[in-house]
Amino acid sequence: MKMFRIIAAGLAALGLSATASALEGDAHAPHAHHWHHAGPFGTFDRHAVQRGLQVYQEVCASCHSLNLLSFRNLGERGGPLEDERWPNANDNLIVMQIAESYGERVWDRDEINDDGDPVSRLGIPADRFPAPFENEQIARGSNGGALPPDLSLIVKARSHGADYIYALLTGYEDAPHDAHLAPGQHYNAYFPGGAIAMAPPLSDGLLEYADGTEATLEQMAEDVTVFLAWASDPHMEARKQMGWMVLIYLFIFAILTYLAYRQVWANVKH
Amino acid sequence: MSGHSTYEPKTGFTRWLDSRLPIVRLGWDSFVDFPTPRNLNYWWTFGGILAVFLMIQIITGIILAMHYVPHEAMAFESVERIRRDVNFGWMIQSMHANGAAFFFVAVYLHMFRGLYYGSYKAPREILWILGVVIYLLMMATAFMGYVLPWGQMSYWGAMVITNLIGALPFVGDAIREWLWGGFSVGQTTLNRFFSLHYLLPFIIAGVVGLHIWALHVPGNGNPLGIEVKDTKKDALPFHPYYTVKDGFAIIVYLMIFAIFVFFMPNVLGHADNFIEANPLSTPAHIVPEWYFLPFYAILRAITFDIGPIDAKLGGVLAMFGAIAILFVLPWLDTSKVRSMRFRPLTRWFFIFFVLAALGLGWCGAKNPDDYVLGMEGFKFLYLAQFLTLYYFAYFIVILPVLGIVEKPKERPASIEAAVLGNA
Amino acid sequence: MTEENGAPGVDGQEPSRRDFIYIAAGGAAAVGGGLVAWPFIDQMNPAADTLALGSIRVDVSPVLQGSEITVMWRGAPVFIRHRTEEEIAAARAVELSALPDEDARNDNLPAGTPGFDANRVLRPEYLIVKGNCTHLGCVPLGLNANTGDYDGWYCPCHGSHYDTSARIRRGPAPENLPVPDYFFETETVVKLGLSPEEASAAGWTVSENDGAVA
Repeated sequence: MKMFRIIAAGLAALGLSATASALEGDAHAPHAHHWHHAGPFGTFDRHAVQRGLQVYQEVCASCHSLNLLSFRNLGERGGPLEDERWPNANDNLIVMQIAESYGERVWDRDEINDDGDPVSRLGIPADRFPAPFENEQIARGSNGGALPPDLSLIVKARSHGADYIYALLTGYEDAPHDAHLAPGQHYNAYFPGGAIAMAPPLSDGLLEYADGTEATLEQMAEDVTVFLAWASDPHMEARKQMGWMVLIYLFIFAILTYLAYRQVWANVKH
Repeated sequence: MSGHSTYEPKTGFTRWLDSRLPIVRLGWDSFVDFPTPRNLNYWWTFGGILAVFLMIQIITGIILAMHYVPHEAMAFESVERIRRDVNFGWMIQSMHANGAAFFFVAVYLHMFRGLYYGSYKAPREILWILGVVIYLLMMATAFMGYVLPWGQMSYWGAMVITNLIGALPFVGDAIREWLWGGFSVGQTTLNRFFSLHYLLPFIIAGVVGLHIWALHVPGNGNPLGIEVKDTKKDALPFHPYYTVKDGFAIIVYLMIFAIFVFFMPNVLGHADNFIEANPLSTPAHIVPEWYFLPFYAILRAITFDIGPIDAKLGGVLAMFGAIAILFVLPWLDTSKVRSMRFRPLTRWFFIFFVLAALGLGWCGAKNPDDYVLGMEGFKFLYLAQFLTLYYFAYFIVILPVLGIVEKPKERPASIEAAVLGNA
Repeated sequence: MTEENGAPGVDGQEPSRRDFIYIAAGGAAAVGGGLVAWPFIDQMNPAADTLALGSIRVDVSPVLQGSEITVMWRGAPVFIRHRTEEEIAAARAVELSALPDEDARNDNLPAGTPGFDANRVLRPEYLIVKGNCTHLGCVPLGLNANTGDYDGWYCPCHGSHYDTSARIRRGPAPENLPVPDYFFETETVVKLGLSPEEASAAGWTVSENDGAVA
């Protein structure tokens, strides 16, 4: 009983943190969407991540960078293109094709050739996903002063994570009469303040999925959200697997130690 | 309690070592054959838990320091590199970030144990004061550590708290600029915070050594608050009785820790810290980590001038005062009785104190102008002000008065008598 | 462990049952300690991004016959020389017994393979060797500066001379310049870091056989 009170007290202290994730202004709270990767047993729906990659490349990448991800991440453990034929993701032929599909370009400004110019070459798996704009100023200039945020961590960088991203992408609607929108702004109740610079990026049939799935707005929104959830947390599956092993081990260890404790204290008045 | 040593080196080597550096004897006397009251409950296991978590933080921290780059252009990305590319980096980083939180949960439970059972009372005043020093060092360490990932909360939390120093009259601005090493939080600040964040835990370890030494002079307190009279009847050797009990408590605590590390690694943090620091854009709600929230609430509760002291300075003084008052607690509590088991009236005020501390934490997370549970007119600010008043009143008024006024319950003659009574 | 202060009496307890639980708990602690230790040790191994640059691609088509380039690979220089017919012939005319180091020092081949020039190249016209002198690590000079007495490389630090197959001929260096793992991805693109066997195993199309000669 005492132990329970101790644990409850501790958890109450930790529970404060739930309220510390501050309110997101006046925004609508997003609905809880069902995600395959949610919960202690959740794994990423690999096909959804693959489709989401396609959505990112064909729709989002024109404005949003993915600076922290390299092509090889797609082929690493837990990635959408993981393949047992290539345990080393840098040898993964499909990953290499994706890297090369961006054509010859400057991948690393610090790679200088003998003429003193940055080297222009085909991509390799080790290269990062290229950014659409060279720097923040050019990005803002091309987007009416607004900066399209980098998407590498977007699911972790927003309260309600994947639910928020999905709600945002599917939540565009006509502005209410009392909404003040500056030119170039759009109404989205899920965005703090309601006025977002991004035009609705998705619409039914916008692209053709490689696996033939029907590309409705909701489908693309869901797939790209799952892709971004993976991008924010590529080790999630390994983390949960290890978590179960650790908990099972500690549980057994706890039982053994408890029995040892009872044994030690068996004949002692306390 | 520090009586005659019972260590007898048996081999030639151990005798030789013992005559030159009696370190094994010290270990034996402190952690094997140390007489420990036989009636300790699980509230006494948090010391051991804290030692384990100090070790976890130091080990994971040293490893993170092998990969982290303390430069404003590279810090955020180096932490992401740890999470993504370093072998098991995601696990070590999660252990370190959540380890800090669990370190504070344990220290709060440890301190509340001390408040309830009178562990701070004579002859353990220095033990208590050393504990408050450790607590302060922990807070400084955690504050600087949180800046290192250089996210939005890292940067802006640092700006807010270091700006508070500017509230001090005359010397405030100079000290603030000295802390920053510049005109705002920046590269210089980040670099020195990294250096000090690495240093302070070792100072904590040193003070923990003093803390245990100060404990071992009188020996442990116990739930009855009665001193050990006969070590054979009232006490047991620390090993194996309390090594195994502490071991069990540590494992249970580690299980809860593992749930957060592996299944909810970010729930105690703030989403904004996954956005790289931007000096041009302040987040909508700047909130410190949860373990600072009660003090944050006290800071924001002072919204009025008190004579020559303006509200901002008043808030700073109240915040530091809330910690400083802990140093003099042994002399504020006038009761001759240690344990609140025998102080039924004071116990109620203690429970309210715990609720006030939790309530202040809740207020710290909220916008002061928001209404509590939607009740019109009842702002979080007012709740924070009421609870702050209670916090200080508990130490300055309630404990001194109740110690004199309350008639305590009858205490058992000895620990043994109480324990035999229980059997 | 002292038996005093009300410690459990030995009499009345079956020692085997008492000891079992302590051994089990202690054993679990030891196992756990070992399992926990591994991630903390492994984190010091090269991280994924370091490993990703463990192999690089080099286009050798700009290297004209009779010239050489130096590329950086795994933090160290690699010489790629497009040899002339004379250089190849000179390398092949050398008797094995004339070499201070008779081993081919080729990572693509087993240790102890004789140091014939044919065992040092996949294609005779491209000699690819690591560019640190085997004496104390200086970078030897080559075609662009000083080829030494054997027309290969000359190390200015302590006077080691390498021939047109980058084998040590005179001087304090103990070993031939080592040949790294590599294979030809296409006619003109070399991939440094994978041997032909490793490449085939990983699903690469290898453009050339390993050319080993007994």
